[in-house]
Amino acid sequence: MSSVLKFAGQGVFYAALAALIGYFATTPAYRHFPEDQALLRLAFNHGGAPVTECRKRSREELAKLPPNMRKPQSCPRGRVPLVVELALDGETIYRDSAKPTGLFGDGPSKIYQKFKLPVGRHNIEVRMRDSRRETGFDYERTFDLDLGPRHSMVIDFRAEGGGFIILK
Amino acid sequence: MKFIQSLLRRGFEPMEAALSRVFTPAWNPFYQLGAIGFFFLWIVVASGVYIYIFFDTSIHGAYSSMERLTYNQWYFGGVMRSFHRYASDGMVVVMALHMLREFALDRFRGVRWFSWATGAPVIWLVMISGITGYWLVWDQLAQYIAVNTTEWLDLLPIFGGTIARNFLTNTGLSDRFFTLLVFLHIAVPLFLVFALWIHIVRVSRAKVNPAFGLMAGITLMLLALSFIKPAVSQPPADMALVPGELAMDWYYLAFFPLLDSWPGNSVWAFAGLATLLLMVVPWLPRGSRVPAAVVDLDNCNGCTRCVEDCPYNAVTMMPRSDGKPFPSEAVVKPKLCVGCGICAGACPSSTPFRRAVEPITGIDLPDRPIKVLRQDTEQAAARLTGPSSILVYSCRYSVAAKDLENANIAVVDLPCIAALPPSFIDYVLSRKLANGVALVGCPDSGCYNRFGVEWMKDRIDRKRDPHLRQRVPRDRIAALWIGRFEKAKAKRELQAFSQRLAQMTPAHSEEDAGVKRA
Repeated sequence: MSSVLKFAGQGVFYAALAALIGYFATTPAYRHFPEDQALLRLAFNHGGAPVTECRKRSREELAKLPPNMRKPQSCPRGRVPLVVELALDGETIYRDSAKPTGLFGDGPSKIYQKFKLPVGRHNIEVRMRDSRRETGFDYERTFDLDLGPRHSMVIDFRAEGGGFIILK
Repeated sequence: MKFIQSLLRRGFEPMEAALSRVFTPAWNPFYQLGAIGFFFLWIVVASGVYIYIFFDTSIHGAYSSMERLTYNQWYFGGVMRSFHRYASDGMVVVMALHMLREFALDRFRGVRWFSWATGAPVIWLVMISGITGYWLVWDQLAQYIAVNTTEWLDLLPIFGGTIARNFLTNTGLSDRFFTLLVFLHIAVPLFLVFALWIHIVRVSRAKVNPAFGLMAGITLMLLALSFIKPAVSQPPADMALVPGELAMDWYYLAFFPLLDSWPGNSVWAFAGLATLLLMVVPWLPRGSRVPAAVVDLDNCNGCTRCVEDCPYNAVTMMPRSDGKPFPSEAVVKPKLCVGCGICAGACPSSTPFRRAVEPITGIDLPDRPIKVLRQDTEQAAARLTGPSSILVYSCRYSVAAKDLENANIAVVDLPCIAALPPSFIDYVLSRKLANGVALVGCPDSGCYNRFGVEWMKDRIDRKRDPHLRQRVPRDRIAALWIGRFEKAKAKRELQAFSQRLAQMTPAHSEEDAGVKRA
């Protein structure tokens, strides 16, 4: 093979390699999220109430404990799961019971849920029960949201701030 | 599995043959894919160091610093950025080709399991390095990757489901977290270099630098690509908007769309199973284990030629244990031996000329000793009845030469062409067992056993011990370094050799060369 042909062949190889690398480095484009939808995320960490009431220790019980551990009350480590609901325009679209984290179930429950919603105005109602009661909710909040194309909204929960909030 | 391997080989071989013609075998990129991968890595490291000098490691400054580098310093900073990205992509391309080729050539069983299995973590580390790099630009693609990756990682109990909370809103983003990402993008490639060292630690004479011409060609290719299609950012990240259409780097981000359509736990299961499957391939299905070479101390004088020639570091020299007056002896590590027989081909004691005693050599294959090789040679020669006969020594990883046998052609199979002691060529020609000897091996620079073809060529050219004796007429030797599927070419070449032999004067004999028969 003549050297001209060899160089031409090498050129073809490098051009093909460059084309292969360059093309798939950016193309084809990928549509991750549709233009006519918005994203709502319900994301928070929160610890439920202890699974039972704290119990007062008797004098005998306290005497058996080492001096540095003689707390007057015995409280359970475990926490109740959170019951969370989300309603879109009056219809409940999400309901879940989030178990507490941790080996002994004593950590906060974690909620991270994504909802794709159609663009436009929506009424969102969020409810959560973090106590030992069987029915009803301890926190409820309603939001009227005007969601544009690909808008991303986050509903968080701050117990010390009064409950559910929209994160800005 | 054999069907897939055969299919892949049929794809690779024509490309390799074409590239050997335009690049020469020594520069053939397919014969040094791993080395090219290393070269890409060094380019990534060097360009990364330059980019880091100008990079603002804060979440609000990262994007603008990259824009300044790309546009204000387009002539060098922009080029370095493109080098960084495209060399990273090139690394994935050659890594995939390297893996497929080794799989196609069945080079992952036996002692090669170590390099194969340690390749799987290398893939993970390359991917993590690339993905963390994309985060740092902090454009919409980075936002997409950051959110999806952290949501995926949060499914693992060790992360406690809190990483994705870093990427909820613009105000919630933390410079400290971003600094952690910068640290990861530097630390993971360091682990990658370490993993690559482990990957090749058992490979003797590992090729980590490609031919100089290839390095120049690849650099020029990257330079051209950098000017034709400079690497640029996408619009800046904005957590108030979900990224819509994205220009994806499919080399690193191909599995991300899976996270959009599959549950994250299924993607973890898929990734875990794929990695596991990749790592256990050497044992699935069970490869037949070839017996390791053995040393016969009575015939070993500690010359070290077998140590020099073994491509797998399976032979070492140890102090003499039998009291003979030599300082050392060859010792085989059976776990590292693939039974290629190159050591037997290199041993100066491997000669078929002995008649008074059985031909026994210093190091040999138990399943195909020199004695049997001589018997096979004589039996094959006995089948030759044609006027211009050729005895073919053929590597079993090259073309199936047995199919070409006829009155003029008889074939002796070998585990590697370098398993043939050069004295056998002398033996065939001087004893007039055939008019010519043809050596059929893997393509030049593409030897299944890495150096077999190279060593054999050097032995014939008297550049490497054991030399082929000077008296052997070189025009009665033909060498065919060809692939498995080039049967037609092999047939053509052997016919042409046969015709050349027919026009020559009769072959020399030992008597002509003044050698007395035993």
